[in-house]
Amino acid sequence: MRVPASDGRVIGLSGRALDRLMPMHLWLNPAGRIVHAGRKVRKLGGGALAGRPMEEVLEVRKPRPVRSLAELLLLDGQRLEVRLTAAPDLRFKGQAVSLPAGGGAVLDLSLGLSVVEAVSRFDLTLQDFAPTDLAVEMLYLVEAKTAVMEEYKRLNRRLNGARIDAEERAVTDTLTGLRNRRAMDGALAQMVAAARPFGLMHLDLDHFKQVNDSLGHAAGDHVLQEVGRILLEETRTADTVSRVGGDEFLVLFDGLADAARLTAIARRIIARLERPMPFDGTLCRVSASIGATLSIFYDRPDAERVLRDADAALYASKHKGRAEVSLARGGN
Amino acid sequence: MHGLINRSIQCFVQDTYGAPAWRRVAEAAGVGPEGFEALLSYEDALTERVLDALQAYLDKPRDMVLEDLGTYLVSHPTREGLRRLLRFGGETFLEFLHSLDDLAGRARLAVPELDLPELTLVAHDGGRFTLVSAWHMPWAAPLVMGVLRAMADDYGALVLLEPETGAPEHIMITLLDSRFAEGRAFALGRA
Repeated sequence: MRVPASDGRVIGLSGRALDRLMPMHLWLNPAGRIVHAGRKVRKLGGGALAGRPMEEVLEVRKPRPVRSLAELLLLDGQRLEVRLTAAPDLRFKGQAVSLPAGGGAVLDLSLGLSVVEAVSRFDLTLQDFAPTDLAVEMLYLVEAKTAVMEEYKRLNRRLNGARIDAEERAVTDTLTGLRNRRAMDGALAQMVAAARPFGLMHLDLDHFKQVNDSLGHAAGDHVLQEVGRILLEETRTADTVSRVGGDEFLVLFDGLADAARLTAIARRIIARLERPMPFDGTLCRVSASIGATLSIFYDRPDAERVLRDADAALYASKHKGRAEVSLARGGN
Repeated sequence: MHGLINRSIQCFVQDTYGAPAWRRVAEAAGVGPEGFEALLSYEDALTERVLDALQAYLDKPRDMVLEDLGTYLVSHPTREGLRRLLRFGGETFLEFLHSLDDLAGRARLAVPELDLPELTLVAHDGGRFTLVSAWHMPWAAPLVMGVLRAMADDYGALVLLEPETGAPEHIMITLLDSRFAEGRAFALGRA
């Protein structure tokens, strides 16, 4: 049997059937009044809508404002943007089709992106959506994605905490809590790149080996920690204090450009280090030799050169005897 | 195995039997002190070791442990999210049963690498069904059974659930009364 083409044929659907297929439809008569409204539109539109004129219940905004049924019919089949008077902040998608023989129109609406807001505000249930409507899948996805994003945020916070810890450990000398060699290299490179004036001090303990040999490693460790504490007390927070070897320390003074001050600080540090340090019922006695330099001694300070000169000055101090301070004058 | 599943097992043990119980199980299975991360992947063998350690610790058969886990996943107050997602499956327990065929697909929509059991519901006469599960791990059925038991309570439905003898991946379901009790409230929109 041949099935005739569907174009031009008309089917009849009961209001109930229309309700099920399109829970958000409005059936309009030729005068533009509502004959019947789908279950979901009634929920959203504030109750019984039958008999009321279309323009009282809704407003078609796009593709252009509509003031009558005739104007709506001109937009037959087009994508519409519609607002309901009862919920003017929600944007609906819609499409209208004309009924045969000038019988009015059917306007079908969809919640579009307003669905998340609308289900809460109007307490919509699964029955308010046609089984073929993907809105429920969308609600499901929104909720699932929110839960997953929360997990990602938690993971991120944990990883970020671990990263900060690891970074801190990577630049810290575990015994003294001072910065380490890597941190000092970084701080010095920054200072050079920013062309800020700075002072650099290379300090090496005297008699440390004797403390270690005669009183043991615990005493040696205690002395190193005390030296760290003293160096921190004698410097400012902007300065960088690091332990770069067994009993070797580097101190970087931010903004320092005065040779007399640098020497005075060095002498004060030595004086404090020479005070006997009590440990486990005995006294540990150490001193220190210091080599230092200033960035202003150089036309174009270079980290490697400055470090080398401070080291050479330290060597000179050691050579002169203990507890000496030598200044490298630089020069290019 | 996806971290979400491992993490669920960890939370189940912590919430049900306490933090010390989890530490014992984790130690026996070789899980680090940081536990499982929900968004990372782990070797299947590690999950197996955790379940082995858990059933030894609780001195219970594996199937019973898994059923308890399944029940916990939807009924424990801290697991409200999963219960809600499952309730999106339908208005009634019957609709929910039919939505189980979509479960793995829905999970993949949200978390593409999450591999849940593929479930197929076969309807027989008289409100009887067979739920067939297929998974890369052999223990989907008891886990799903626990979930079904809790969801039946959630919908207020009276059901009979039994494993099918000789077919470990089949669950026999008899829906006796879909409106047996009040059930728990569910709104599509989050309050």
